[in-house]
Amino acid sequence: MNIVVCLKQVPSTTQVKIDPETNTLIRQGIENIINPFDTYAIEEGIRLRERFGGRVTAISMGPPQAEAALREAISLGVDEGILLSDPAFAGADTWATSCTLSMALGKLEPYDLVICGRQTLDGDTGQVGPQLAEVLNLPFIAYVSQIEEIADDHMRVRRMVEDGYEIMESPLPAVLTVVKEINTPRLPSLRGIARSKSATIPVWGSKELNADPGKVGLAGSFTRVMRIFSPQRVCRGEIFQGDVTDQVDCLIGRLKDDGLL
Amino acid sequence: MGSDNFRGVWVFAEQRNGQLKSVAYELLARGRELADALGTELSAVCCGHEVDDVNSLIAHGADRVYLVAIPELADNQEDLLTRRLVELIQQHRPEIVLAGATALGRAFIPRVAAALPTGLSADCTDLDVDADKRLLLQTKPTFGGNIMAVITCPAARPQMATVRPRVFSRREPDSSRRGEIINVDFKRERYTSRTRLVEFVAEITETVKIEEADVIVAGGRGLEKAENFEMIKELASVMGGAMGATRAVVDEGWLAYPHQIGQTGKTVCPRLYIAVGISGALQHVVGMQTSECIVAINDNPHAPIFEVATYGIVGDLFQVVPLLIEKLKKR
Repeated sequence: MNIVVCLKQVPSTTQVKIDPETNTLIRQGIENIINPFDTYAIEEGIRLRERFGGRVTAISMGPPQAEAALREAISLGVDEGILLSDPAFAGADTWATSCTLSMALGKLEPYDLVICGRQTLDGDTGQVGPQLAEVLNLPFIAYVSQIEEIADDHMRVRRMVEDGYEIMESPLPAVLTVVKEINTPRLPSLRGIARSKSATIPVWGSKELNADPGKVGLAGSFTRVMRIFSPQRVCRGEIFQGDVTDQVDCLIGRLKDDGLL
Repeated sequence: MGSDNFRGVWVFAEQRNGQLKSVAYELLARGRELADALGTELSAVCCGHEVDDVNSLIAHGADRVYLVAIPELADNQEDLLTRRLVELIQQHRPEIVLAGATALGRAFIPRVAAALPTGLSADCTDLDVDADKRLLLQTKPTFGGNIMAVITCPAARPQMATVRPRVFSRREPDSSRRGEIINVDFKRERYTSRTRLVEFVAEITETVKIEEADVIVAGGRGLEKAENFEMIKELASVMGGAMGATRAVVDEGWLAYPHQIGQTGKTVCPRLYIAVGISGALQHVVGMQTSECIVAINDNPHAPIFEVATYGIVGDLFQVVPLLIEKLKKR
C-alpha cells in the first residue's frame, strides 16, 4: 500500500502578534513545528504501512526551512520526504497550494491513499484536503476518526459529524483528512532519528513539477489577504463579591434583569 | 471565472433528512443585507428530499429558491451535491455564494470552489461588501482566533465563503414575502457517488442541540471527574439548555466529542453561556466568545475565562453550582 501524507510546517504557537509598523505577523523567535493536526496523518500512514507493507511518502510545500518538518516525519517512520519549494510558490492560497500538491502527486503515482490533517494551526482553513481531492478527481472523506477496514480497492472509515459519526465506504485511491481521535502519534525512534539525519530530501520546484507559473503561489491564488488585525476582547465584566449565597443571588438577579431567566 | 455578468447572492441552505439547518436562516439574514447593498437578488439553493417548509426560506429573505429534490440527497451525498452545485453556479453565475461552516459545508464547499475554480475563505465570522467594487469582505479567524484576517477574491467569481453557525442572527420570518421556488432537475444517470454512507451513529441523545441551544452550561477540567458532570447536566436541565465541554474533558472521556466547544469542536453563540471550572484557554474561548452573556464560575481569580465573562463568580464550583441549581428550582 502506497501512502502519501501532506504536511505543513507552522509556527509552534498561535500566540502571534502583529507588527504595528508593517502590519505583518512577527515570526521572529517563534519555533516551527509540524502542524499538530498533520502528526495524526503521519501516524496513520505509518500504521497502515506496518500492517500492509508499501511506502509512506511525506510531501510539504513551503520555504527551504520546511525541510526540517520532513526530516522529523522521517524520524517518526516515514520512508521519504519531498519538499516542494520555489520562490514562485510563495503566497499561495488553498487553491494554489492544492494545485502544487497535485502536481507532486502526479509524479508519485501510483498511490492508494492521500492523508491530510483536518486543518492547519496557522491558517485554520481545512480546505487543502478537499481541494486537493477535487483537483486530483479522487473520492474524498473529511474528519476521519477511524479506518475500520482497508483492502486493495476500497476502504470503510468512520468520520465525525456534528452529532455523532458516520460510517462511509469509498473506493481507492482516495483522499482523507483525519482528526486527533484517530490515533496517538508515536515519538521518534533512535533509528528514525539517525535515518532522518542522513536522508536526502529532494526539492521539487516549478521546473521539476513542470508548473504553469500562473497556477502556483500568489499569481495562482484567487484570494488576497486585505488586512489582518488583533481581535478586540470583550471588556471585563462584573465579578460578584460576598459569600456564596450573595454571589449566587447577585447572579440570578442580573440574569433576570437581562431577560435571560 | 472572471467577474463579468455575475450577479446575485446565493445561500446554500443546508438540510439533513428533510430538516433545514438554522445556519441557512442565519445566512439568509446576512445575505439579504448584502444583496440589498449590492442592489441584487438573494437566492437559496436547497438540495434534499421531502424538505420541510421550503417556503420558510422565502419568509426569511430569499427572492428565489432553487430546489433540487431526489432521495439520494436526503443524507447529503457529497459527490452529488458538489457536481450539481457546480453546474448550477456555472449556469446562473451568482457573484457571491455562502454556506455554513458545518461538517458538511467545510467538506464539500472547498471542492465546489476548486471545481469552478474560484476563491474560497473558510469559517468566516463576519461578512461585508464594498458595494462600489462589488467585493465581498470576508473576515476569518486565523492562528486559533488570535489574528483576524480580511480576505477578498478580487477577480474570480463567484466569491465564496463558509460562515460559522450562530455568528449572524436570523430574522423574524415574514410570511407575506413573495418569492419563487424553482424545481431544478437532477438527471441521476449523469452523476456517480463514489463514497457511500453505510450508517449514521448518533452520539448526542439530548433533546437540545448544542449548536441551536439558547443556554449552554459547559464544564471543564475543574469538575475533576466524569461523575461531577451530573451537576452540569442538572443545571442545564433546570435552565432548559444543553451541555458543553472543553477539549480536556472530551480527551478524558467525560463527555463525547459532539459536546466539545472550541477550535477543534463546535462554535456556539447562545444567549447565555455558563462556564463551570473552565480556565478559558484561547482554543476554548474562540468557540464561545460571541455568546450574548457569559457567566464564569472558577476558583482561580486569574483564570483567563474572567476576561471574556460578563459575570463572574470566584469560588468553589462544588458549592456555587448546587446552590444555583437549588435557587433556580425554587423560582
